[in-house]
Amino acid sequence: MKISKIVELLGAEVVCGEDRLEEEVHNACGCDMMSDVLAYVKDQAVLLTGLCNLQVVRTAVMMDMKCIVFVRNKKPTDDIIELARESDIVVLTSPKRMYTACGALYVNGLQGGSIAHQ
Amino acid sequence: MSEPIRFHFDVDGENFSSAGEASVQVKRMLRQIGIPPEVIRRVSVAMYEGEINMVIHANGGDADVVVEPGKVTIILKDTGPGIADIDLAMQEGYSTAPENVRSLGFGAGMGLPNMKRYTDDMQIESTVGVGTTVTMTVLF
Repeated sequence: MKISKIVELLGAEVVCGEDRLEEEVHNACGCDMMSDVLAYVKDQAVLLTGLCNLQVVRTAVMMDMKCIVFVRNKKPTDDIIELARESDIVVLTSPKRMYTACGALYVNGLQGGSIAHQ
Repeated sequence: MSEPIRFHFDVDGENFSSAGEASVQVKRMLRQIGIPPEVIRRVSVAMYEGEINMVIHANGGDADVVVEPGKVTIILKDTGPGIADIDLAMQEGYSTAPENVRSLGFGAGMGLPNMKRYTDDMQIESTVGVGTTVTMTVLF
């Protein structure tokens, strides 16, 4: 799925990474606990989260993710946006809640992918 | 690469929002020197969790990374409260982190298990009231 399709499905606003919306992503995960992302994510390129701080971006960097979606209209602060920009990560914000946002992507073909360490 | 390459960072314990800065820098540096991506991910995730621990529990400390042929070593040293029962601390889900840390996405008792999971070897030396040194090795 192209990131531009995620923008469309989630009614999202593009916060940064406008030039990378045509990139393809194949897997996503929804999680607010960053340690769980670090523990279980294998190759998911999209992180949907209701947590909105710098650690979300650093976690995404560690896991080589391409796109962060802040759900429930969470608005990232300037330092979050700057770190994401430096790290080549697309940041979106969506008014949808976590369950609805994940469901919208899943039914349109964006898979959950495999789990690490199992 | 015959001589080891060393990186040193002072981990600031004052501010949770800066936790992980050193790990992000290490990730960039390892990329620049051409370490395989999967190795970089293992090193940087393990160091990131360790860095978070140092900020949450020990008011920061020193982080050193040594890159040698086929091996990356991460040494995290703090002068925090120490770990009374290391076996207990290693259990998934066991945490002594304050509640507010959970609202930041950490403190679920996954840090040390994650560090062990992503590395080939992890040694913890800790004395209560003196501090903790964690040495992790990733082979490739």
